[in-house]
Amino acid sequence: MAARILTITSGKGGVGKTTLAANLGVALAMQGQRVVVVDADVGLRNLDMMLGLENRIVYDLVDVIEGRCRLRQALVHDKRLSELFLLPAAQTRDKSAVTPEDMMQVCDDLRDQHDFILIDSPAGIEQGFRYATAPADEVLIVTNPEVAAVRDADRVIGLIEAEEKGPARLVINRIRPGMVQRGEMLDVADVVELLAIDLIGIVPEDQDILVSANRGQPLAFSSDSGSLAGRSFHNIARRLRGEDVPFITLREPRMLERLFRFVRSGGD
Amino acid sequence: MISNSIVIKGIRQGLLVAIGEGDWDAELYALEARLAAAPAFFRGGRVALDVGPRELSRPDIERLHALLDRHHVELWAVLSANPATEVNAQELGLVIDLGPSRPGQKVRGLEVVPEEGEEPPVEGLVVRRTLRSGQSLRHPGHVVVIGDINSGAEVVAGADIVVWGRVRGVVHAGALGDEDAVICALDLSPTQLRIASRIARSPEEGRRRPVPEMASVREGQIVAVPWHGLGSDSAER
Repeated sequence: MAARILTITSGKGGVGKTTLAANLGVALAMQGQRVVVVDADVGLRNLDMMLGLENRIVYDLVDVIEGRCRLRQALVHDKRLSELFLLPAAQTRDKSAVTPEDMMQVCDDLRDQHDFILIDSPAGIEQGFRYATAPADEVLIVTNPEVAAVRDADRVIGLIEAEEKGPARLVINRIRPGMVQRGEMLDVADVVELLAIDLIGIVPEDQDILVSANRGQPLAFSSDSGSLAGRSFHNIARRLRGEDVPFITLREPRMLERLFRFVRSGGD
Repeated sequence: MISNSIVIKGIRQGLLVAIGEGDWDAELYALEARLAAAPAFFRGGRVALDVGPRELSRPDIERLHALLDRHHVELWAVLSANPATEVNAQELGLVIDLGPSRPGQKVRGLEVVPEEGEEPPVEGLVVRRTLRSGQSLRHPGHVVVIGDINSGAEVVAGADIVVWGRVRGVVHAGALGDEDAVICALDLSPTQLRIASRIARSPEEGRRRPVPEMASVREGQIVAVPWHGLGSDSAER
């Protein structure tokens, strides 16, 4: 079976593309999928650190493109999961080392052996974005509930539509339920209404994300630890695979609700 | 009075400017006058030029290029029925064929039935999608958008702009100088509103429940009037 190629992009930097790529890679691999995560941020690579694989890199994407090694040699195997591989970016080069055609060739060569190829796009809409989206079958847009991130997401969705790569699907990251309830933050409905694309995931703000990134142990590894963010990534993975998973309810329970312990499994 | 031998049309790729069949220097002069008359409309736009059956040398085309450059307009295509002109344009790296209009792009011109009288009909463009940040739509006639105009997007029209949706970006009606142009939207909360050479910002106060509004120039100022249904004064104009 040929792999599905998914590009994760956002326009704005710092909204959680790499976090999503790492966690989604882990979640999909834990669900038995054969996954390669490709770090397309040549010159500013981070995905290797988030996966805790930086000390195992020998060759990288640019080495493959420039023929210094075979593709297989560049893939870093994640020992914790038998089906998870990383294709790291080069750190000593910049985006001009890769063209959209190069990226399509590499992804084509990866297709046969895997179920999912996740491409972690660099921020921006320049060369890096171009080559990261060129091979995509599907695009995931990551945004935060803040106006600057949403506007950049809107810009990127427009570019993707123009390339006929759509329809892109949306992940809203770093939601703080308390702030939303106090009206201090855009809520999910606001963002979805503005961007008018399908929602595939909502991820709450979680300090453990930072801790896990520093440790190189994505939160999705411990899906049963009760971390809402970790569970969100698994839910996105399941939705990608066609399952109908209800969105988790991101609300700080009000007093009355606490009293009545009004628990709904699922909800909106 | 500006010569009307220069015809400006909106096409999918931007603007198409057709040059008349008169004396070349006179036509260039007319083109320059058109560009100078409405800088807000042309600045930053992309133009395809239709020069008809005329034979243009490379220096001729370079002159055109320079003229448009001076007005901050990008020349990207030269259309001609003359093979020599086509070859020269192509050698200068210009496109000479607009290509087939892409299917699925829901943009189409409105056929306007010409009325008896002096004014030529103003053409219109219906766009049936949401304009996203960074997208720009420029048309010499009326523009109707069925969808939203998001923050960061812009619509520049020679005549009226009607939006069946939200306006959050920048809209500029009457950009060729028509102060009678209006802007109507179901929810008018633009970054900026421009009519002819006038500019207004949305009031700073928080949004009340959106109501349809129509903006026009009254006594030298852009004024937006809510539409309250039939019987209100908002239908005047």
